Amino acid sequence: METKQKEKIKKVAVGLNGHSHHAETEIRLAVQKTYKLYIDGKFPRTESGRYYKLNDKNGKVIANICRASRKDFRDAVVVARKAQGDWQKKSAFNRSQILYRIAETLETRRLQFVSTLGLQGVSETAAQKEVSAAVDMLVYYAGWCDKYQQVFSSVNPVESSHFNFSFPEPTGVVTAIASPEQGLLNLVSLMAPSLAGGNSIIILAAEKFPLTAIDFAEVLNASDVPGGVVNILTGYSKELHTHFSSHMDVNAIVYAGDNSAELKTIQTNAAGNVKRVVVVQNIAEESPYRIMELQEVKTTWHPVGI
Amino acid sequence: MAKRTAKQNTRLKFDTAWQYSAAPETPDHIVLEDKYNLFINGKFVAPQSKKYFDTINPAKETRIASVAEASQADVDAAVKAARTAYDKVWSKMPARERGKYIYRIARIMQERARELAIIESLDGGKPIRESRDIDVPLAAAHFFYYAGWADKLDYALPGMAAQPLGVAGQIIPWNFPILMAAWKIAPALACGNTVVLKPAETTPLTALKLAEIFRDADLPPGVVNIVTGAGATGAAIVNHPGIDKVAFTGSTDVGKIIQKALAGTTKKYTLELGGKAANIIFEDAAIDQAVEGIVNGIFFNQGHVCCAGSRLFVQESVANEVVRKLKDRMETLIIGDPLDKNTDIGAINSREQLNKIKALVKVGVNEGGDCYQSSCTLPSKGFWFKPTIFTGVAQSSRIVQEEIFGPVLSIQTFRTVEEAVEKANNTPYGLSGGVWSDKGSKVFKVTSKIKAGVLWANTYNKFDPTSPFGGFKESGMGREGGMHGLSAYLK
Repeated sequence: METKQKEKIKKVAVGLNGHSHHAETEIRLAVQKTYKLYIDGKFPRTESGRYYKLNDKNGKVIANICRASRKDFRDAVVVARKAQGDWQKKSAFNRSQILYRIAETLETRRLQFVSTLGLQGVSETAAQKEVSAAVDMLVYYAGWCDKYQQVFSSVNPVESSHFNFSFPEPTGVVTAIASPEQGLLNLVSLMAPSLAGGNSIIILAAEKFPLTAIDFAEVLNASDVPGGVVNILTGYSKELHTHFSSHMDVNAIVYAGDNSAELKTIQTNAAGNVKRVVVVQNIAEESPYRIMELQEVKTTWHPVGI
Repeated sequence: MAKRTAKQNTRLKFDTAWQYSAAPETPDHIVLEDKYNLFINGKFVAPQSKKYFDTINPAKETRIASVAEASQADVDAAVKAARTAYDKVWSKMPARERGKYIYRIARIMQERARELAIIESLDGGKPIRESRDIDVPLAAAHFFYYAGWADKLDYALPGMAAQPLGVAGQIIPWNFPILMAAWKIAPALACGNTVVLKPAETTPLTALKLAEIFRDADLPPGVVNIVTGAGATGAAIVNHPGIDKVAFTGSTDVGKIIQKALAGTTKKYTLELGGKAANIIFEDAAIDQAVEGIVNGIFFNQGHVCCAGSRLFVQESVANEVVRKLKDRMETLIIGDPLDKNTDIGAINSREQLNKIKALVKVGVNEGGDCYQSSCTLPSKGFWFKPTIFTGVAQSSRIVQEEIFGPVLSIQTFRTVEEAVEKANNTPYGLSGGVWSDKGSKVFKVTSKIKAGVLWANTYNKFDPTSPFGGFKESGMGREGGMHGLSAYLK
């Protein structure tokens, strides 16, 4: 009888969202995590009350995931706009340290990410590789924070008696839609170049990888990234891509998805306020040009004379 | 409120205090055809549409010449010529040789500079002083600057093996016809692309003169093709499947249509669109110089300037002084014959544009703005508009929000730096801005906070081939000029 009861508790313990495999050795009910959105450095539920079920490969429910609404997105844009100015104003060195700090935090949570990636169908080898790539990409872009300006700036030898220089400034508020593959690397690939360049961002995580996305939000939350600079939503691209691309207070949209119809809608909507549209073909690519795609070159003139 | 004209103020009224004799530039050495064809594959060819339209002198409303209207079939022929030239000649040519062609173009432009300046003023209405001293020399300098980049592109985009894009479709406006042609063609050619360019329908002549120069420079046929026409011709270029890149300068409305039209394609594009720039005068500015900057900011080229300083913000403590001095200065502006070397303000480019300016000024008056115009007399024929300023306007006034593209300035005041910055940024545009202060730290603080692509501090409306130009927000994307201008034509 006692054995049977133990069995039963074990089953429940392995129930929803599964960080519980450690629980198998004890007789206790694992505490499950509620996965919510990440907006303004906080973890709210979707205002819509909607959810979608994330199943494991056996069709068993792992978690109920927030299905973010247009309203959630609009809230995120408001806080992203508010946060962007201060993020841009931070010294490049400071931004660099914060990006590096994200890498540090992520590295220390490697096991957690390997485990959640596993729950979402990724093999352990692939998950280990992906976490390494994500950490290294963060370090790569942390390094660029105070260097791309030098590489892409110029002092212009104008003919008239003026001092004239050009340097990149952040585009502003960026939205991004992740591709269906490599849930963690995707987030980093969309977020890091944007952040390194002083933008704030709202990312729609891949439908298949919501756990990684919200776990990653916790990493950001523990890494001194100011609230509102990165906002992560979970939900459906087919529903949200129109809002991500048509919002009038968004300056650019990055699309890593694989749906050409969605992309065309995004490009069409973007014209509403001349948004920059960046299409990411290869999320593993590391390049300062990824930063520059979300920069505006500003040129300043001043007379030289007495 | 009713319009007020200048009271009796002859203190600085140059044309009454002392008389200027007319000093017209003579156009008698200018050779213009009666009819212009399309420049395709190195030759001037009649349009398959068989249609022509007139281009007129806006200062006199007289016809200058007929110009071909390119149809879809003509654009097809131009794109085909450009593609063949790209595949067979231009992309295969050693970069240094490519550069030498562009140098050669620059030199011929300099040789024919006076002719080009006169035609520019005849066709577009801008004062000869500007076309002679700014538009044409800058256009030639642009070719000269980019010529030298042709064999040095690897240094422009570090870490990239830069490649040309292919055929560039380019559509340019009527406010700086030859200069915009140079901004578009020079970097495209230097990067190894070939070109199909459409000048604006009201100002096609200098682009066609440029075509003669390309022919005289032995530029290989098809490397640059010039097709004249209006919106339909432009749409045929934008939507042409044989085009790899679209470069457009013009209004934000049309820019949005183009961006939309390009959705779902792999064409690259750069857009240089409208503006509503803030020109901010702080109390510690050199006021007399600032007044010159205001005048240059809004009355340069009749205000037909996308980066015009059309919203003036003056710190409250000096507002009365600035407005008084500005009104005095406006009285000295000489409006009239574009070919007269004394002329400060020429003709409005077209009747259509004049009507648009008039309509918006009327809106400004109806919305309660206090309108002031200089007391100058305007010629009886042609399209003219007096230098105009509005005080007593609000952020929400239409003349404060909308691009007028004419010699019309709206003036508002502010108290603090923060207020100035907030008001300046309260616009969907972000092309340019001006800041006037003798305090360096304040200048840098404000220029760094204005969301715009070009900031003029203690100066205004300065341009140079080495200096990147282009907008933030709805003023467009991409840069023209300088090293940054190259990336628009490379992949």
